[in-house]
Amino acid sequence: MLVRPIQKFLRKLGQPLVTFFSRLGELSLFVARSVYNCFTPPFYLNNIWRQLVDIGFYSLPVVALTTIFAGMVIALQSYSGFSRFGAESAVASVVLISVTRELAPALSALMVAGRIGAAMAAEIGTMRVTEQIDALTTLSTNPFKYLIAPRVIASVIVLPVLVMIGDVIGIFGGYVVGVYQLGFNPANYIKSTIDNLQALDITTGLVKAAVFGFIIAVMGCYNGYKSKGGAQGVGDATTNSVVSSSILILIFNYIITGMFFSK
Amino acid sequence: MSNPKIKITNLHKAFGRKVVLDGIDLEIAEGESLVVIGGSGTGKSVLIKCIQGILTPDKGSILVDDQEVVGVSEKEKELLHSKMGMLFQGGALFDSLSVWENVAFGLIENQNMERKAAKMEAIRVLRQVGLAPDVADLSPSELSGGMQKRVGLARAIATRPEIIFFDEPTTGLDPIMSDVINDLIIESVKGLGATALTITHDMASARKIADRIAMLYQGKIIWQGTVKEMDKTNNEYVRQFINGSSQGPIKVEV
Ligand SMILES: Nc1ncnc2c1ncn2[C@@H]1O[C@H](COP(=O)(O)OP(=O)(O)OP(=O)(O)O)[C@@H](O)[C@H]1O
Ligand SMILES: [Mg+2]
Repeated sequence: MLVRPIQKFLRKLGQPLVTFFSRLGELSLFVARSVYNCFTPPFYLNNIWRQLVDIGFYSLPVVALTTIFAGMVIALQSYSGFSRFGAESAVASVVLISVTRELAPALSALMVAGRIGAAMAAEIGTMRVTEQIDALTTLSTNPFKYLIAPRVIASVIVLPVLVMIGDVIGIFGGYVVGVYQLGFNPANYIKSTIDNLQALDITTGLVKAAVFGFIIAVMGCYNGYKSKGGAQGVGDATTNSVVSSSILILIFNYIITGMFFSK
Repeated sequence: MSNPKIKITNLHKAFGRKVVLDGIDLEIAEGESLVVIGGSGTGKSVLIKCIQGILTPDKGSILVDDQEVVGVSEKEKELLHSKMGMLFQGGALFDSLSVWENVAFGLIENQNMERKAAKMEAIRVLRQVGLAPDVADLSPSELSGGMQKRVGLARAIATRPEIIFFDEPTTGLDPIMSDVINDLIIESVKGLGATALTITHDMASARKIADRIAMLYQGKIIWQGTVKEMDKTNNEYVRQFINGSSQGPIKVEV
């Protein structure tokens, strides 16, 4: 009879599936609660400010390094690739498009996810396992408003700013390689960059950045908030937040690109 | 007689299959200091967290000032918390804030006190629990365990709550420091005229601060009475617990 093995198989399949959907439900609830609390007073401006500095200012070096090398690599790659078709002149515009649309938002977000998402998960996770979150509650303070909303708000505001800076630095990286290594005429390179500049390229990058900022903060806070079981639990939360937000960033990168550019 | 400050009826709480609270009935009168004793892991902390609405019970009712706590909205919970203070088992001090900011947290965030005035008040409360003003600007991680307990105590009483919870206030402290904390608890509770619920398995501490003692065992309150009654009781569970003997009806799963 085949019924037995099928039953067994379904049973094996059932448990993880149930876990998966209950997690998904839990996460959706958490997201809804976070968003709701971003828009309802009281607002803890001090906390928002501290997060803005933490996420924005201290991420600048990482974002700058990432984007400048990304721009430089794209200049090299596109030059060697396009020279096969005699299209070397396209280097400036390829750098411009790939940095603003893709590289600056995606790479910056991945780096910030490693830096900030992990820190959020670790901090909130520690507060959870040492009962500091319960302590907030007993002091009539909503942890969603005091801890989570400031992180989400700051992250959504600051990621686009970081990406804008990353755009400039990345394009500059391409320019340096183009002019000093590949021998382009500086004036021509700049002119071709400016001629190809389109608002849509920049705005899609910034929309992506805001969405990625949301993902990073929410996944960092979610994993921290739900962590249990001491130091090991906090460690798991940190890892999970980086892995899950990185994957979500890549998925949403595709989805948003599709929304703007698929015909 | 007036209604009890806190009235718990048939309270149940389980985590998955593990039943922790299995029908608790307990009343605490206004201004009374009740101590709940019981072994490790019997659900004493869970009981306190249910009363505060941090955990949601599966069944039962908790009335605080004749108002139901179970299943109320977040807003009502915030209101409820504004008349409660809590000293956590592990301190639970905010390590991103300085000592005085911890103590003044409720004053600044909920009673909208000016930071300057709040700091003065925090320093006053710190002195009340025996800490010098120069501790105020330290970070909680720079303090010893006993000092952290005192700061936790200061934070719990700073808002002058009507009800204060103490979760194992003396665990992990030397006997002398324990006694100092006991005195501080008695002083602050009597000083505020507050209702107090203390959880402990430190019998010396229980004897000192309790008006009445209740014993939690296997999810139920199996005995309650005054310290005098406790010393005379024939209840074998209570006798075993206060004598700290491994022989008796209470079996410890090893
Ligand atoms: N959030 C939770 N999730 C799952 N189980 C929990 C949770 N909180 C407590 N428990 C379980 O409930 C039981 C009672 O825990 P509780 O912390 O109330 O014990 P306790 O009486 O305070 O012990 P101790 O004296 O050691 O502090 C324990 O077995 C614990 O594993
Ligand atoms: Mg406990």
